[in-house]
Amino acid sequence: MAEINFWDAETDDLILTADIRRNDSVMEVAVRAGVEGIIAECGGSMSCGTCHVYAAPEESALFEEKDSSEDEMLAEIENCAANSRLSCQMILVQAEGTANVRVPAAP
Amino acid sequence: MTGAEGAAGAVTRAGAEGALSTGTLIVGAGQAGSQLALSLRQGGYESPVLLVGDEPHLPYQRPPLSKAYLAGDVEPDRLLLRGESAYQRIDVQVLTGDPVVTVDPDAGVARTAAGRTIVFDHLALTLGGRPRELSVPGMVTDTGFRVQGIHYLRSLDDARGLRERLADARRVVVIGGGFIGLEFAAGARKAGAEVTVVEAAGRLMGRAVPEEVSEFYLGAHERRGTRVLLGTGLSGIRSSDGKVTGVELADGGMLDADLVLVGVGLVPETDLAMEAGLACEGGIIVDERSATSHPRVVAAGDCTVVHRTDGPPVRHESVNNAVEQAKAAAATILGEPAPERVEPWFWSDQYDLKLQMVGRPGPGDELQIEGDLAEESFVLVHRVGDRVTAVLTVNSPRRFMAARRDLQSFAATLA
Ligand SMILES: Cc1cc2nc3c(=O)[nH]c(=O)nc-3n(C[C@H](O)[C@H](O)[C@H](O)COP(=O)(O)OP(=O)(O)OC[C@H]3O[C@@H](n4cnc5c(N)ncnc54)[C@H](O)[C@@H]3O)c2cc1C
Ligand code: FES
Repeated sequence: MAEINFWDAETDDLILTADIRRNDSVMEVAVRAGVEGIIAECGGSMSCGTCHVYAAPEESALFEEKDSSEDEMLAEIENCAANSRLSCQMILVQAEGTANVRVPAAP
Repeated sequence: MTGAEGAAGAVTRAGAEGALSTGTLIVGAGQAGSQLALSLRQGGYESPVLLVGDEPHLPYQRPPLSKAYLAGDVEPDRLLLRGESAYQRIDVQVLTGDPVVTVDPDAGVARTAAGRTIVFDHLALTLGGRPRELSVPGMVTDTGFRVQGIHYLRSLDDARGLRERLADARRVVVIGGGFIGLEFAAGARKAGAEVTVVEAAGRLMGRAVPEEVSEFYLGAHERRGTRVLLGTGLSGIRSSDGKVTGVELADGGMLDADLVLVGVGLVPETDLAMEAGLACEGGIIVDERSATSHPRVVAAGDCTVVHRTDGPPVRHESVNNAVEQAKAAAATILGEPAPERVEPWFWSDQYDLKLQMVGRPGPGDELQIEGDLAEESFVLVHRVGDRVTAVLTVNSPRRFMAARRDLQSFAATLA
């Protein structure tokens, strides 16, 4: 079982830690646990952009890579940075490990 | 998907009797109900919140039911809008599998099918709707049973049944060329079935998109091997041994089928509201703040129709609408000003085609298409004069996101 820490991007406080299984998306784990900044209005169909997080680049091997449509969506998102991801597209591909994502304040 | 039986915490299942008392009772545990509970807490509401649903599941997302779920890509527990622990975190009690059968807003009392009495200060109705039923001859057998193989698609249980059926369906007929019908048609094609869509109107998705887009989708579905019959009514269902074998068309034609999906629209759920004396007309009538005709009652989502101050009544059936109306309802209960008005948006996934729309299109808008229809990637802009009123994109997510932001910031300048 892998683990994920959700951090508040503004205050750097730990919001919560949750278990994450292989093939889970970070978004699913966040909504199941109730991380407020991850709204995920479209439920992971990459249509809404309300599941934006900052990912730790050194942990990128834990997750499926970004594809071009994710990049396109992200390009128009407020406060987008080089390490921005749509958490619904961050599917865990490893069985073990610890991941960290920073959650921007809800828009 | 509701978690282990008897799990501790905020979720109570049907069966236990007794009276409950709450600050706000939310009836209907779906997209709007779940959001309303969350928005109340986010707005600082301190009294108890009780969310009651008739389905056996915690609130879940419906959109994947006609998309990824059908293809077997998603398991039910991935559909939950929030997990059990999320409701605990926000201190909301959820009661599943127990329909509310009467509400008395004056007295502040509701009753459930399992015999519970619930006393409340505020009542929120987030009841959704049910699929419009097909009324043609042949839907029931001579012995009074429902013909098997005729399906509707609204709930997770509907989708489960369909997914099973689809596994060995060879000829699928879809009645209705709206979003759900077309998404299902795409899923059925991908599953290898022969698919025919029968639409009574002259074009696809006619209530929601301009003609150019209907045309595009007609071509796109045909190119992927679906037969589409426009302007074609239905005159009956054929069956043998209680199982569907085909559909009869109004023009005398006949289509063989071992699975029929009916997607001819939604009937807003208003029974509870009508019996309670609330004003209803094709939905529970609410204003832009989600207030109903009774001061103690708000309503949100697919069960409502909005009577606006600045235009004719509108009804939306979308996630975004359910969420925004729920936020407004929470603000109304809290006595706070209505939240900022969000530009309505919607999406639909059919095959590899991602349709996204934002804004408030009007019948007199000027339309302009940018991009390449043949490449299946384009943008359609609605304008009144030089002002953009709505934008529809196909496989152009970046343009959609930009349009959404621009429309939203323009709306903010008007507020
Ligand atoms: C297959 C499908 C695909 C869709 N795809 C999209 C899409 O791509 N994009 C989009 O924006 N929208 C889509 N939608 C629409 C979207 O899902 C709905 O607009 C949204 O779910 C509405 O939320 P709601 O809370 O009003 O209703 P619901 O989510 O339906 O919740 C209402 C709940 O109340 C319950 N209820 C009713 N009466 C009672 C009672 N008396 N007591 C207790 N409980 C009761 C119902 O059983 C239901 O569980 C889709 C819908 C379906 C069915
Ligand atoms: S949940 Fe909508 S884009 Fe990720």
